[in-house]
Amino acid sequence: MVHQYKNNGYNMVLDVASGSVHVVDDLSYEIIALYEDHTMEEIKEKLSDHDPKEVQEAYEEVKNLVEAGVLFTEDCYEDYICEFKERPTVVKALCLHIAHDCNLACRYCFAEEGEYKGRRALMSAEVGKAALDFLVKSSGNRRNLEVDFFGGEPLMNFDVVREIVAYGRSLEKENNKKFRFTLTTNGVLLNDEIMEFANREMDNVVLSIDGRKEVHDYMRPFRNGKGSYDFIIDKFKKFADSRNQQKYYVRGTFTHHNLDFSKDIFHLADEGFEQISVEPVVAAETEDYAIKKEDLPKIMEEYDILAREMVKREKEGKGFTFFHFMIDLTGGPCVAKRLSGCGSGTEYLAVTPWGDLYPCHQFVGQDEFCMGNVFEGINREDIVKEFKASCVYTKEECRNCFARFYCSGGCSANSYNFNGTIDGTYEIGCELERKRVECALMVKAALALEEENEEAQ
Amino acid sequence: MKHIKTLTKTLQNTVKKGGVG
Repeated sequence: MVHQYKNNGYNMVLDVASGSVHVVDDLSYEIIALYEDHTMEEIKEKLSDHDPKEVQEAYEEVKNLVEAGVLFTEDCYEDYICEFKERPTVVKALCLHIAHDCNLACRYCFAEEGEYKGRRALMSAEVGKAALDFLVKSSGNRRNLEVDFFGGEPLMNFDVVREIVAYGRSLEKENNKKFRFTLTTNGVLLNDEIMEFANREMDNVVLSIDGRKEVHDYMRPFRNGKGSYDFIIDKFKKFADSRNQQKYYVRGTFTHHNLDFSKDIFHLADEGFEQISVEPVVAAETEDYAIKKEDLPKIMEEYDILAREMVKREKEGKGFTFFHFMIDLTGGPCVAKRLSGCGSGTEYLAVTPWGDLYPCHQFVGQDEFCMGNVFEGINREDIVKEFKASCVYTKEECRNCFARFYCSGGCSANSYNFNGTIDGTYEIGCELERKRVECALMVKAALALEEENEEAQ
Repeated sequence: MKHIKTLTKTLQNTVKKGGVG
């Protein structure tokens, strides 16, 4: 399967099953579109307004790529992946819901002011330590383990965060484990002491900010309705600088109310942030801020604007990372990882403040997905089995999608919330993912060709 | 090549050696 498209003046060709990417001229672009269903003579006839010698030459180039296995390759991975999914797995990562409480009242919060449709609660140190014990016990011989402090707002329970981290460090040597701790925060309670602790202990921090002040303040107010932007912006800038602009993300959400979200991304970049993620809200269509189908053309246009600007800024030495455009063309994960999904329900679990286990943070609060608890372990192997089996090949919509090797089948929680099954897709999310893959590949192409031109001069 | 510039790796090679973007 080949996906070819034009973006910002580049003719892009992605050979889906091999992962090869080609930038081609107009003539080759037309030949590739005809190649599978036409003979060379038929192609020459259809392209009779071109110089026949040129057509022949371009056709030979296309043919050479096909013979080299980097164009029109077959997807022959299904049996391999289904077999791969059967292997024994270990738990690699936990998301600790350290606080089901929050000091903001963000309009789009899927956790509903941090409570996850339940009660306000803070995780005790006892539950946190039991969670780490569970992770050590459930991780087999794997050495590197990840623990994410999530909420609600984790800093509302900072003393327990500190205690759990210290406990984790005490487990490392005797169990031959290495904990990689991460933290998400809205910044309200952030101070120098916490920054210093995070810079010492947290491999990554995620700082929630939506972009421009008016956009942020509308969606992320305090409970009294007052905006939170002025309260956090300087602290976040200081925090990012204190981490040498690495190992963090400023993470925003765009909604129906700021479809011109490229301006929010540029605002964050202009404020000095170099690691940026601004992501589409996922919400029921009934919400006024939800992304609707009719919003898609505008969003696609914004991604194009973003891609163009990123190339420009990179050339000027003022580049920044955009999480959803991160594609590694020369490395990247193996095909088994690409097609088997994110690991939720098997390798990644969420833990509630009282120790219950769920397939991931997005399922917390949906009782039918409770899988057990950190004290007694998993008691719903049927849920593990369901998540383990789910992959690109169990989702009909993914089978013929060109982005499947980059998106890995999408988010199980989104699928469940929109279709009632984890083996479906969320249509708007898929449309946006495909566009982001196209833009990300274009950015790579533009920068690679620029570099090549500079070397040639 | 005159008409085509290949930017990049075959995922098939990671079947043996392996085992999001």
